[in-house]
Amino acid sequence: MSDEALICIRGLSKAYTRADQQIPVLLNIDLDVPAGDFVALMGPSGSGKSTLLNLIAGIDKPSSGSIHIGGVDIATLSEGALADWRAANVGFIFQFYNLMPVLTAFENVELPLLLTSLSSRQRKQHVQAALEMVRLTDRMDHYPNELSGGQQQRVAIARALVSDPTLIVADEPTGDLDRHTGEEVLSLLDNLNRSLGKTIVMVTHDPKAASRARRMVHLEKGVLVDDMPA
Amino acid sequence: MFLFKLLLKNAFRHKLRTGLTMVGLVVAICAFGLLRTIVSAWYAGVESSSSTRLVTRSAVSLTFSLPQSYAGRIKAIDGVTGISWSNWFGGIYQEPRNFFPQFAVDPQSYLALYPEYQLTDEEKLAFYRDRKGCVVGKKLADKFGWKLGDVVPIKGTIYPGTWNFAIRGIWTGAEASTDENQLLFHWAYINETLRKRLGNRADTVGVYIVGINEPNNAALISQRIDTAFKNSLAETLTETEKAFQLGFVSMSEAILVAIQAVSFIIVVIIMAVMANTMTMTARERLAEYATLKALGFPPEFVVKLLFGESLLIALLGGLLGVLLTLPLASGFGAVVGSLLPRFHVSAGTMALQMGAALVVGLVAAAWPAWKMSRIDIVQGLRHVA
Repeated sequence: MSDEALICIRGLSKAYTRADQQIPVLLNIDLDVPAGDFVALMGPSGSGKSTLLNLIAGIDKPSSGSIHIGGVDIATLSEGALADWRAANVGFIFQFYNLMPVLTAFENVELPLLLTSLSSRQRKQHVQAALEMVRLTDRMDHYPNELSGGQQQRVAIARALVSDPTLIVADEPTGDLDRHTGEEVLSLLDNLNRSLGKTIVMVTHDPKAASRARRMVHLEKGVLVDDMPA
Repeated sequence: MFLFKLLLKNAFRHKLRTGLTMVGLVVAICAFGLLRTIVSAWYAGVESSSSTRLVTRSAVSLTFSLPQSYAGRIKAIDGVTGISWSNWFGGIYQEPRNFFPQFAVDPQSYLALYPEYQLTDEEKLAFYRDRKGCVVGKKLADKFGWKLGDVVPIKGTIYPGTWNFAIRGIWTGAEASTDENQLLFHWAYINETLRKRLGNRADTVGVYIVGINEPNNAALISQRIDTAFKNSLAETLTETEKAFQLGFVSMSEAILVAIQAVSFIIVVIIMAVMANTMTMTARERLAEYATLKALGFPPEFVVKLLFGESLLIALLGGLLGVLLTLPLASGFGAVVGSLLPRFHVSAGTMALQMGAALVVGLVAAAWPAWKMSRIDIVQGLRHVA
């Protein structure tokens, strides 16, 4: 294991069972991601990039191998411990934003903080700071359906960073956005990485989006085939 | 607090769906309450029975009379503290739909055995003195607008002719369960007439009401009475007033069982409807629950969300159903009148209604909550895509 790596993956394999048949998705992956890195996971459809991201985020379990993040082997954690670990360490950005439609932008951003011991006032300060960072303080009382796609994704980014996680995982964060709005979102991620030093792992099939990362990791048929600076 | 806010917002996210589910619940809970009230009203006579009263009737059938001469012999039996008698009159006031029970009774001894019929001393005295007088329950008097001194003409069906009774007293029940829908008049009045017109039917009574000193001795005293008349021309059957009333109810027991069954079936139907609503709701929000779990919310949070939403809708629907039952029962009671004299929704029925709503809410959420608590986060998130 590399001493400086935030994420240290060794011999990681994942297979799904479909009708008594084992379908391998990831095969013997080794990967190190230092703290403060911005990695783009690339590859064709079915290459296993999203599966790898899910495993790093702790929302899926590997078939074999280890995933050490911040020194913790998350592959060995129980469901409950893994949920606690995610709440404390991971910020999620999804392709389709995944905001709660019945909650305002403010309430959506506040969600991860409800799992902390922060007071109501402290939560409010954190949420306002996060919304300020994505320049949406004027829309904090709006519901998701009152916001554009780009604005919704900015709310999702604010939600991902509000609890100050070690790691931000983004699954096709610009996949549902037009080019201009996508650029804005990527700039935001870039800013989070450069200004706040957040470690970001992003799945994308868009080379332009990947070029905003510091490093590109290519997968094909579940195998890591290339790892190079962006 | 956040949990409550979220489940409240979720509950009314699809206003039409929630509204229609709630309408179904209101109707079901209301129907459940009304049917339970019908059953309770049917048993009202049983509930108001005294444990210190026995009823002696012909061992053959209630339609056979007993000689009035038995009164003295029954009174002499050890443990008997009082004796009275009554005959079912079965007359019609104006038209058959105005049905209410009328009994020919021995006034002094009867009212002594029924202290729950509360009359003033003046009213009692006026009744005792007037052989063509009668006393009526307050609900009956209110229903027909009768007041003291009014003459009530009743056309006999068992006892031929039209009989006019002057109201000498209006009783109020000592307890809520006391029947206030009867008319009592002098047994002697019809007996005199029967002597003149139908001599063979005179000096007979329908049932004897027997006061006893100790409820625990009811079986023993009943046995003593029936033994006293064994092998006579008119053998007797003595039972507690409650058993006597239950005998009437048992005649229509099949209907009551059917009504009770229907009341529960209604609850089961709405349970299925509500469960379907909650399952649809949960399936639609699969990605949201997956997102919450991805963010670190434990599965119990999703369970609480679904149970909370289901219970909120069910209990709100239940409460509205209970509130609607009250005026409906009142209207229904007015229509059925003295057929079901004590038709009111009891606190027990209302508690049952809310209990049914609670069970509906819990059962409806059980399956989707279990299912959603176990969803695979990755699969759930893909649901959006």
